[in-house]
Amino acid sequence: MKMRIEFELNGKPVSAEVEPRLTLGDCIRHELLQTGTHIGCEHGVCGACTVIVEGDAVRSCLTLAVQAAGKRVQTVEGLANGDNLAPLQQSFQKHHGLQCGFCTPGFLMTAHALLTHEPAADEERIREVLSGNVCRCTGYLSIVKAVMDARPAYQANKAVQS
Amino acid sequence: MKMPQFDYACPSSLEEAIQLLSDNEGAKVLSGGQSLLPLLAFRMAQPTLLVDIQKLAGMDRIEISADGLRVGARVRWCQIEDDKRLATAHPLFQFMINHVAHYQIRNRGTVGGSLAHADPSAEMPGVARVCDCDIVAVGNAGERVIKAADFFVAALETSLQEDEIITEVRFPPWPSGRRWAFHEFARRRGDFAIAGVAVFFDIGSDGVIADAHVGVIGAGDTPIRLDAVEQLLNGQRLDEELIGRARHLASETVDPQSDIHAAGDYRKSLVGTLTARGLRDAASSGAVK
Repeated sequence: MKMRIEFELNGKPVSAEVEPRLTLGDCIRHELLQTGTHIGCEHGVCGACTVIVEGDAVRSCLTLAVQAAGKRVQTVEGLANGDNLAPLQQSFQKHHGLQCGFCTPGFLMTAHALLTHEPAADEERIREVLSGNVCRCTGYLSIVKAVMDARPAYQANKAVQS
Repeated sequence: MKMPQFDYACPSSLEEAIQLLSDNEGAKVLSGGQSLLPLLAFRMAQPTLLVDIQKLAGMDRIEISADGLRVGARVRWCQIEDDKRLATAHPLFQFMINHVAHYQIRNRGTVGGSLAHADPSAEMPGVARVCDCDIVAVGNAGERVIKAADFFVAALETSLQEDEIITEVRFPPWPSGRRWAFHEFARRRGDFAIAGVAVFFDIGSDGVIADAHVGVIGAGDTPIRLDAVEQLLNGQRLDEELIGRARHLASETVDPQSDIHAAGDYRKSLVGTLTARGLRDAASSGAVK
């Protein structure tokens, strides 16, 4: 039994006809053709598929598409402004926070949610939060550095908003 | 792998949700989905219908009063982590829950979901058991208050009926000055514990232990209490000699199975070690921990 769902993806309204068993990650990739979100383990241990739902980083393999109906969803495609990479992405580039790039969208969305909520997160907090994401290339040090170095952009952003 | 097929409903009232569970054999409740969806991905469960309770009102709050804590079934781990009142209202609960899984899962996983899933290594069932919580469930027959001791039946098995939905969990009040500690051992941060031990007790004006509670996760079919160790501790002054006896007794009392994560004998030894660490911590930390 397929169901029609509507939600907001990176600021734009989208709709899809989905089976209830379809994960949000598969819906975004296969129905909405936004392939920036990568699907790794499909049972909630690798973090590659992390997207942001209503401001919270969640695993899109452990969220059904039907559960996201009516919600605001953000994926890695929503970070950059056209060809201009977001500060967090620039920081990953600068610090070599990626090699093969498979895990990168998950790390970016996890770090983006964290720094949006906690722009002053210290290294220990950043490491704790990133512990839910697996990277087989970098050894993590460069990712932690990249996230730490992106904090001023979020702090400035928060100052502007408040 | 991809999940098996099932139907989906997202009712807006508790009555409607209970009706859906009664009318559809093999229906299951879906809340945060952080335990259920992995089971489906492994095809270890084949529900006919998932009843999503995200729209049910009034189950997403933590209420604190002189009678204790009332924690709604849809309260997420991140809410417990962020609730500053819990540092005094129930520090053990908050500390144990801070060991649950990872950031992304903590944003969706819920109290009721973890209780209903009943993983013997999980912190929520463990803290409910060691704190003598009441678990409130509502079904066609009305509301039922189930003692944590009667709730967990076996690994991934509870005394919930097919048509019952957990609505809240109630914690007895937590007196200020209570001594407590929680230690768990996992190979990596956020992984399920190989074993974990929670201890708490009060120190009377006579300087001896009263109302000792010792709870263990990851060393049985369900979260357990070590009655023998509690009896050993009550009425005694806590010193290294007593801690040594408690450590030995804790190891001897549990009978954990071997699995791919650890051997049973290793877990027995670990439970003793964690009990001793917990008692030392609780003794030295006092009221301020």
